[in-house]
Amino acid sequence: MYVAVKGGERAIDNAHQWLAEERRGNPAVPELTIAQIREQMKLAVNRVMSEGSLYDPDLAALAIKQARGDLIEAVFLIRAYRTTLPRLAGSLPVETGAMAVDRRISATFKDLPGGQVLGPTFDYTHRLLDFALMAEGEPAVARAAADDAPPASRVPHVTGFLNRDGLIEAAAPDDISPPDLTREPMELPADRALRLQALARGDEGFVLGLAYSTQRGYGRTHAFVGELRIGKVAVEVEIPELGFAVEVGEVELTECETVNQFKGSRTEPPQFTRGYGLVFGQSERKAIAMSLVDRALRWRELGEDDTGAPAQDEEFVLMHCDNIQATGFLEHIKLPHYVDFQAELELVRRLRAEADPMQEAAE
Amino acid sequence: MTDQAYNFAYLDEQTKRMIRRAILKGIAVPGYQVPFASREMPMPYGWGTGGVQVTAACLVPGDRLKVIDQGADDTTNAVSIRRFFQRTAGVGVTEATAEATVIQTRHRIPETPLAEGQILVYQVPIPEPLRFLEPRETETRKMHELEEYGLMHVKLYEDIARHGQIATSYAYPVKVEGRYVMDPSPIPRFDNPKLSGNPAIQLFGAGREQRIYALPPWTEAVSLDFEDHPFHATKAPHDCDLCGAKHSYLDEVITDDTGGRMFVCSDTDFCAGRRAKGHVGRLGEAA
Amino acid sequence: MTAHALEGGFTEASVQSARAFREILEAMARPGTIRKIAGAQPPAPLSIAAGVALLVLADPTTRLHLAGDADCPVVRDWVAFHTGAPLASAEDADFALGTWSALHPVSRFRIGQPDYPDRSATLIVECDRLAPHGPCLTGPGIETAAWLNLPETAAFRANRALFPLGFDTLFTAGDRIAGLPRSTRVEAI
Repeated sequence: MYVAVKGGERAIDNAHQWLAEERRGNPAVPELTIAQIREQMKLAVNRVMSEGSLYDPDLAALAIKQARGDLIEAVFLIRAYRTTLPRLAGSLPVETGAMAVDRRISATFKDLPGGQVLGPTFDYTHRLLDFALMAEGEPAVARAAADDAPPASRVPHVTGFLNRDGLIEAAAPDDISPPDLTREPMELPADRALRLQALARGDEGFVLGLAYSTQRGYGRTHAFVGELRIGKVAVEVEIPELGFAVEVGEVELTECETVNQFKGSRTEPPQFTRGYGLVFGQSERKAIAMSLVDRALRWRELGEDDTGAPAQDEEFVLMHCDNIQATGFLEHIKLPHYVDFQAELELVRRLRAEADPMQEAAE
Repeated sequence: MTDQAYNFAYLDEQTKRMIRRAILKGIAVPGYQVPFASREMPMPYGWGTGGVQVTAACLVPGDRLKVIDQGADDTTNAVSIRRFFQRTAGVGVTEATAEATVIQTRHRIPETPLAEGQILVYQVPIPEPLRFLEPRETETRKMHELEEYGLMHVKLYEDIARHGQIATSYAYPVKVEGRYVMDPSPIPRFDNPKLSGNPAIQLFGAGREQRIYALPPWTEAVSLDFEDHPFHATKAPHDCDLCGAKHSYLDEVITDDTGGRMFVCSDTDFCAGRRAKGHVGRLGEAA
Repeated sequence: MTAHALEGGFTEASVQSARAFREILEAMARPGTIRKIAGAQPPAPLSIAAGVALLVLADPTTRLHLAGDADCPVVRDWVAFHTGAPLASAEDADFALGTWSALHPVSRFRIGQPDYPDRSATLIVECDRLAPHGPCLTGPGIETAAWLNLPETAAFRANRALFPLGFDTLFTAGDRIAGLPRSTRVEAI
């Protein structure tokens, strides 16, 4: 006898309780603190802030803890929180030229004003598991403080040197407020500011894959890392009542500017072009990938050919780079679809019956 | 954070105004998909965020909300959404279609006819009826603008050429008031006739795809077809095994591993109501 | 800004705007029906219904055109304080408020674009009274026919001819409101 599937509420409650237990794991193991995650899982925190579009290391750490380390789930928690926050003000554009850099490298020049600063990087580490970290207790860490020269207070942008000689496309500042895809529906074709916003929030893996595809020839842009810099910048807000801007805090950013080949056109002499990436925290894989995809998406304005590469396809890239949209829709196929399936079942039965009436009769 | 930290019906007033404006424009241009700045909701995209935002923008204290998924009030996602509004809007809830003032649905239109004063809110995964024929939004927008729906007819006609009939069993497109072709959300085509001339307000919300559209009351929505292959609403050729209903949409339930099965109303409220009135199906027990 | 400008808004915005929106939705979805909305006390010459409609629908992201007598300092202050909607010319407005004669010629208002017909103006037309007789209305939202004392028919017939483009209209009088979306066919009787 069929019993209707009742008790959905109880099932949900039980599942949530079990989830809470699983999140905690073995209670004999000390619980993680938010501060531990913030300090020791900093790159995860950075990714969650970046793709969550909310600069708050404590909340990002909380989200990671609550999400049991599932970073996309953590991004989702942050997004759902962010959307409820009031907009009190818009900041002035941050001045990355005034960044207090922890890391600043250029692949296009051996040395340059401001210097090459390696900073805290995995580059040149040998990827050997460090079993000392497995041992209980704090391993001794000698702070390698002064190996790199203290950076100059204002570190000029590499692209600025090229710009002075007219070797790279001019990027004139403007006062146009960029669109905000979290407040307006996405409209295509999108301008570059909107594309950059979407990419900055986009899934690191998706953007990485697209960027990689451009390197392998699917929309090749011949990118050099003109400069990659990581550090803190001040965030300033203009107070209309005061008539001047005040600093409201600082954020850590990773900025990547690529220098790309450009053959020139009928109206433009050959010069270099730019790709741009900017993300919260130390997230350099994402920043580099973003700048490559940004450059690939600019084919139309630069008069290049559309080779049909995925990374050149604005609609394809922008509609699919958001991992919260993607994971929600992907996972929704777990929800019951039995009404639609029933409709399909009947259709297939009917089609089969009509296709082979003899067989049907034999049954 | 306590529930009191959130606004009535969760969304902030600014967001609700934006959604309400989109709903009114949708009402003014029936079947046209109005872009709206869908917010991240505390449930995943694809799980009813569009419907939830539309419902949140429409609810008033004193509403009686019914939430169904696959026609049933007790499916887990329906339970989850109903709870969300109980917590954030404090509205009353009901399973009875006739008592509800707002009904949020996924994949079904209730069997009990709706009435004036009711609002039916559909959760929509892919609002664009042309999407699987043309993946580009920039192209499909142009096709709607130019009323260029030939591609859809070609698709349906290819079905007929191959299968002898139209092989679209759910999310069957309709033409609204002779103008826009509209996706009715993945309801079985059995439900399509209920879209047209319905006295209730029908609102469609697609959160991930950022679209809202509407059918005002008494609006004509014609299922696309051909003169020599007219549209048919179809269902399993059975009666409900619990309540004996002949004309309700049925779920097929597998009862054992030797081919045993039964057919029961997908609309749980409708079925329970009939049984309460003494209707008994093949395998039902008298109430 | 006058002190009066600070008064007359919603006292419980989320609930009052929800109730008023439901009425506006019913009004727009069922052209010709006359609904009652309340919750605001806007300064003269605005009607209660027009004031409530602005509080429900207008905000800093929507441009508002005030026409005729409605375009006065006390209304401007009230609108600025309670909605933050920037004032705009008729041609740029998302919402326009005034009497029918003040809004004329209505061909100035935005009718949307062929690919985005939703980008059109909504007119809030102040009337002396609303009554269910006058020109005959048919179309979406109407089972057979409805009647409403429209200020004229020609402009609405011309607007309907633009469908799916066109402006949409709310009529207000006292605490009453009625809707006339662009989809409605209007016949003088």
